[in-house]
Amino acid sequence: MNWRIHLLRPLRKLDPALMTGIVILMLISLAVLYSGSQESIRVVLAQLLRFTVGIVVLVIVANTPPERIRAWAPALYAIGIILLAITLVVGKTSLGARRWLGAGPLVFQPSELMKLALPLFLAYYYSQQENVRHWLSTVAGFVHIAIPFLLIAKEPDLGTAAQIGAAGIFMMWLAGARRRWFVGLIILIAVSGPVLWHFLHGYQKERILTFLDPQRDPLGAGYHIIQSMIAVGSGGFWGKGWFNGTQVNLDFLPEAQTDFVFSGFAEEFGLVGVVILISTYLLIVLRGLVIAYESRDSFGRLIAGTLSLTFFLYIFINMGMTTGILPVVGVPLPLISYGGTAMLTFMIGLGILMSVHAHPRTHE
Amino acid sequence: MNALLPAQEHRQFTRRLLAVAGLITLLTAILATQVYRLQVLDHDHYATQSAHNTIALLPIAPLRGRILDRHGQILADDRTGFALAITPNKAIHLRETIHRLQQILRINAEDQKRFSRDLSHAHPYQPVFLRRDLRPDELAAFAVQRHQFPGVEIRTQIKRYYPYGSLFAHVLGYVGRLTPAEIREDQMADYAGLDSIGKSGLEAQYEALLKGQPGNQEVEVDARGRTVHSRLHLLARRGTTLHTTLDLAVQQAAGRAMAGRQGAVVALDPQNGDVLAAYSAPAFDPNAFVDSLSIAVWSKLRDDPGTPMTNRFLRGSYPPGSTIKPFVALSALHDKVITADQRLVGGTYYQIPGTKHKYYDWKPGGHGAENLREAIRDSNDVYFYQIAMRLGVTQIGNGLAHFGFGQRSGVDLPGESAGVVPSPDWLRQRYGQTWYQGQTVMMGIGQGYLLSTPLQLARATASIANGGRLVTPHLEQSSDSVTRPLDFSPATVAVIQNAMRDAVTTGTGKLLADDIHTVAGKTGTAQIHHAQRNDSGLVLHNTIQLWQDHALFIAYAPADHPRIAVAVVVEHGGHGGRTAGPVARAVIDAYLDTMTAPEVSP
Repeated sequence: MNWRIHLLRPLRKLDPALMTGIVILMLISLAVLYSGSQESIRVVLAQLLRFTVGIVVLVIVANTPPERIRAWAPALYAIGIILLAITLVVGKTSLGARRWLGAGPLVFQPSELMKLALPLFLAYYYSQQENVRHWLSTVAGFVHIAIPFLLIAKEPDLGTAAQIGAAGIFMMWLAGARRRWFVGLIILIAVSGPVLWHFLHGYQKERILTFLDPQRDPLGAGYHIIQSMIAVGSGGFWGKGWFNGTQVNLDFLPEAQTDFVFSGFAEEFGLVGVVILISTYLLIVLRGLVIAYESRDSFGRLIAGTLSLTFFLYIFINMGMTTGILPVVGVPLPLISYGGTAMLTFMIGLGILMSVHAHPRTHE
Repeated sequence: MNALLPAQEHRQFTRRLLAVAGLITLLTAILATQVYRLQVLDHDHYATQSAHNTIALLPIAPLRGRILDRHGQILADDRTGFALAITPNKAIHLRETIHRLQQILRINAEDQKRFSRDLSHAHPYQPVFLRRDLRPDELAAFAVQRHQFPGVEIRTQIKRYYPYGSLFAHVLGYVGRLTPAEIREDQMADYAGLDSIGKSGLEAQYEALLKGQPGNQEVEVDARGRTVHSRLHLLARRGTTLHTTLDLAVQQAAGRAMAGRQGAVVALDPQNGDVLAAYSAPAFDPNAFVDSLSIAVWSKLRDDPGTPMTNRFLRGSYPPGSTIKPFVALSALHDKVITADQRLVGGTYYQIPGTKHKYYDWKPGGHGAENLREAIRDSNDVYFYQIAMRLGVTQIGNGLAHFGFGQRSGVDLPGESAGVVPSPDWLRQRYGQTWYQGQTVMMGIGQGYLLSTPLQLARATASIANGGRLVTPHLEQSSDSVTRPLDFSPATVAVIQNAMRDAVTTGTGKLLADDIHTVAGKTGTAQIHHAQRNDSGLVLHNTIQLWQDHALFIAYAPADHPRIAVAVVVEHGGHGGRTAGPVARAVIDAYLDTMTAPEVSP
């Protein structure tokens, strides 16, 4: 039975804990989407197809040694920057922002690529630096972050720019840049906040004002937040039950299958469901941190630590905005929201984690 | 700054990783606290709000009030039609559904555009119209395949309908699509479920009355968005019926007589100001405006050189020509610049003493020496040149103001024009020019800057017909008739009345002499000073007709006890008596014939 061994060998690289988390999230995603789409089999099958593609990609990435991924990092970063620049010039305008690049039916957001390319490139950069604590390597790191950050912020897509910037800062933190830089950065952001306010677009100011007081425009900008909080809150301890979420199924809640999928989940499955969901996410994130801790390879541990923390950041931002503790920014709930691009990014990221875990290097 | 040793580096990494874990713990705690607050502590509050969400109040649109003529004939009504509606959250896939519907029904781009617009305002469980005015064969075609279209249904659609089409276009106006800008925030509730509003004419004037009060029903929807239970909460109240003073037969006579012409007809009851007919030609079909106007129809109306959208009886400003003479004459008698019997020399022309310019009479050779009654009968220009000079511009203006010239009549229609009674001050302010005496002379025969609307002319005519009372024209039947007695002695008015009777029996309006009804009237011809020119100064529509004068006729009948006063303007109609006279006659006959004829059972 040689073929079976050959076929199954790639699966040996998969991490059981991470895979368990992924499968649980997949089941939750399919259940929530099935209910939220008025029991549309089509929606469930489409999402299932994305999971399948995602898992295949994950297996491939997991079987790729980290050194090869590392070797690609500079090229990926360069391609990402070039595509972002092209997007700014010729990209498709949707809702007033140029974020999409495409030929014919194929469109994608270069910023999505950057979500992985920047951490990879920084991990590549810092893993070859002799002295990370030297100020020059810190400044270089900031420049590497600033280029994609500014290009994406110019689109304008401040939300994504901030996420990518945050991932870069995490990387520098883990890489070991001196603490004073981070203290300085926090002070700078706090001080420049009021100044930056003037540079924000109207809709961006609106989102922040709405976050501070959703009731100021209950049928307009505040509608999402209010309806989402009603959905979560009305779920209660046990939830309303599968298919019984009125907020979502009666379309009081917009974007219930994408960015606000958590609200529908919390409405139907209650606090119990939310605890299970958060626990599953924590399982993945903490497993990722353990992989980073265990890795003997500087590139591996940097990328594993950053990706885990970034993964958590997405979860926190998404749940934060749906429960009303953060302003509304377009961030999907990892592996649950309906949609392909983000799912693929997360799967690749998890694949990198598994690759780091499956290919220990002790050559230092 | 020294590089760390690998072991130190790893220790530092571990410390920083622990800090990260700490951050994650902190943020998770924040998140958990918030979820706990929402789902446990404030659960009751949100559960109530959620339950409130599932019961929606859906508005029920009221029927719009009818508009009736004075005999109860329906001039505007709400008609039920059939429309194809889609309930967004019941349809599987909107775009696909519409695409498949297009295979069996005609759904054009305009329908789709309106659908998407309406969709964005609608609740997901609220049906939105996709195609209106389905024909019976389309209904049948859909009925056969309806099981293939979940969420799509045939619904009744209420639509304003004007059975007489263009006949009452300008007086009734029309309803059109309600745009958010047209109503104030605090009126929103009053328009719940309504998608049209009176845009012009009586429909706009009596919008508040005609609109009705929307009702609503409580709709409870289940987890699938299906209506499980709906309960009538408040019945919609139909708008009030508007009883107008209009007379269908008179309006029809006016419409027929004006067919193919440009101009306006107004008929009033001189005793109380009832508007019996008000017609502006050319007209348009208001039915085309009801469900938003198609671009093709609109551009055709806009580009029509006859400007069918212009309400000529209300807003058309015409030089009254010789129809002004009875009013100038009455002012002259009243101000005692002349007596009824005093004869003034006639002749071919008139010259202001000490000047050379000759003001000719319309009749070659002119008239002999005539008194006032004869001068009105023959429309003696030279006589009125002299009268005008005796009165002076200010006194003519004051006199005409008594009859309502230069002021809005106060009719219950929006957008009325005031016309112009010129004065030296007015000329200076308006055009920066100095008044010269020749302009006073021309005012005596209703030329120059003097401008009147057909409605003003009819109103002024009514005030002579009724013996010297100025009525306020009105279209709503129950509104109190407002009349203001003018300061003329009955004998003075009688002179003018007799003169206008003479004009029809033996004078310039002889075409109406053989009418079975005793008509009194006055012809008028308004000279066209300005041909229509385009931007580069070329004369547009260079036809003989457009160079012709406007024909006017004012009349009332019966002469001894007037029941109807009429003003007619036929643009480019040439001589007043020949073209405008028959129109006035048709209108008068239509009214007086129905009054004498026995009541026709409905």
